Amino acid sequence: MFWQKDIETISRKALEELQLKRLKQTARQAYINIPFYKDRFSKLDITPKVITSLKDIRKLPFTTREDMREHYPFGMLAVNKEQVVRLHTSSGTTGKPKAIFFSKKDVDRAAELIARCLIMTGIKKDDVLQNMMTYGLFTGALVMHYGAEKVGVLVIPAGPGNTKRQIALMQDFKTTTLHLTPSYALYLASVMGNEGLVPKRDLALRRAYLGSEPYSEETRNKIEKFFGIDVYNSYGLSEMNGPGVAFECIHKNGMHLWEDNFIIEIIDPDTGKEVPEGEKGELVLTTLCREAMPILRYRTRDIVMIIPGKCKCGRTHRRISRIIGRSDDMIIIRGVNIFPQQIEQVLMGIKAVAQNYQIVLEAYDQMTVRVEITRDLFDGRVEHLVNLKNEITEKLRSEILVRPKVELLEPGTLPVTEGKATRVIDKRTL
Amino acid sequence: MEELKQISIFSENKPGRLSKITKVLADAGVNILAINIASSNGFGVLKFIFDKSEVAYQKLKQKGFTVSVNEVLAIELVDRPGGLYEVATILSKKRVNIENAYVLILGSRKKAYLIVDIIDIDKAKKLLKNEKLRFYTAKKKAKKEAK
Repeated sequence: MFWQKDIETISRKALEELQLKRLKQTARQAYINIPFYKDRFSKLDITPKVITSLKDIRKLPFTTREDMREHYPFGMLAVNKEQVVRLHTSSGTTGKPKAIFFSKKDVDRAAELIARCLIMTGIKKDDVLQNMMTYGLFTGALVMHYGAEKVGVLVIPAGPGNTKRQIALMQDFKTTTLHLTPSYALYLASVMGNEGLVPKRDLALRRAYLGSEPYSEETRNKIEKFFGIDVYNSYGLSEMNGPGVAFECIHKNGMHLWEDNFIIEIIDPDTGKEVPEGEKGELVLTTLCREAMPILRYRTRDIVMIIPGKCKCGRTHRRISRIIGRSDDMIIIRGVNIFPQQIEQVLMGIKAVAQNYQIVLEAYDQMTVRVEITRDLFDGRVEHLVNLKNEITEKLRSEILVRPKVELLEPGTLPVTEGKATRVIDKRTL
Repeated sequence: MEELKQISIFSENKPGRLSKITKVLADAGVNILAINIASSNGFGVLKFIFDKSEVAYQKLKQKGFTVSVNEVLAIELVDRPGGLYEVATILSKKRVNIENAYVLILGSRKKAYLIVDIIDIDKAKKLLKNEKLRFYTAKKKAKKEAK
């Protein structure tokens, strides 16, 4: 089943011609309307005319998340403010988030891409999609919502959390399809297991879309087995619309990335040079159809590889593997992006904690921040330590939007490493 | 009223901590007169009264423990029913707020003292000055040791 068969099965040659045409357009649009890009082009002594073939994309400047932050809120906008209809933000390293704007056309295009994805997994109008991603500033829920409505399925905008109610909704409305994070899927499975609920027997579930967090093939198998469903991997990032950038088809072997909307590059994160075909590297994406906010060569920091060969489904858009790693130290927990520097900044602002700290990730969504207290400020009062612990927990929660468990340690407990300390210990089995 | 020092040590709740701390004390030849452990979720504060608090304090610090020292009151308790009640009544009458309290027993149970840890100890001392309370002091202890 196809949503837009012509474009989804377009020949590689025609696709590349389309990409080139759109790349030229996008580069022009960015150069003319966004001072940031004009400046970058000038520094490289180029103009959009430099693009005569797809390979010429390598002559264009990269865009990083730091660039996005630096030009927050309106600096990356290519159109007048009255032309934008929606804002999403994505959490950033410190303080400033990234602002992503959509014009009316952009909202519609993002929905079209989602529609392709859903149809690709066999969804039909009589399906019921329970959308358990966070509605709000995150792109995860709303972009999926619009796409699902476009297909004509019934969308339950459940949002995350309140697991009992989620289960009740599944029972009452015969939910067939879930959209959620892998960590929440595992949690949901444990709650259902404890309540003696057998999804295969008691629910109408048939499939789930899992995204926002990296997870393994084992986790997919585990979730598929427990719920008795098909799990499809979903890839997206707010800077590139959110979900719907790449998605698995029924063959569940890599995610088709919609190349009529994005140009894929896989680079060595250290040198910025393209890696040989089939090797893993950092995914770099260029938008081809975005009106409000065209972005050139965005460094996603996600490490992936291209799956070689043609897919049995007939789609010609190449497939990327699931995320193998990150080229930075970003942590994704409960679908939220967190940088260790955010945690460091909070801790350094509290007098009674020392320099050394450690972040431990366990189970599927447990985060423990271990901090050493300052020897000189210890006054023997348990009450002060309890207050300190609460203060750290609260300040971290308001910065990273996830409530961590905080452990107070004796000074000198954590290993002191020379150079770059190992701040994050990831014991998760996601 | 001579000063009586209490030494507090911060410790994570994990096996072996108390034994590590007490080894330092044993090696330094320090005698523990009283001990109290206050623990919260994941960590604890050990409170000690030592015969040689200055030595203990320096040794523990040297060994890298997180230590602090403060003055506490040790009020003599009469060894009969109602003994603690009498003391508590006086403290309550004088509105002395206790942060932490535990018992120190000396000379093979001949005398017992209530160790009271008070945030504003100077104020408490003033308030209790004219009350019929007997205090254990570092001086008394020193004399006793001299014998």
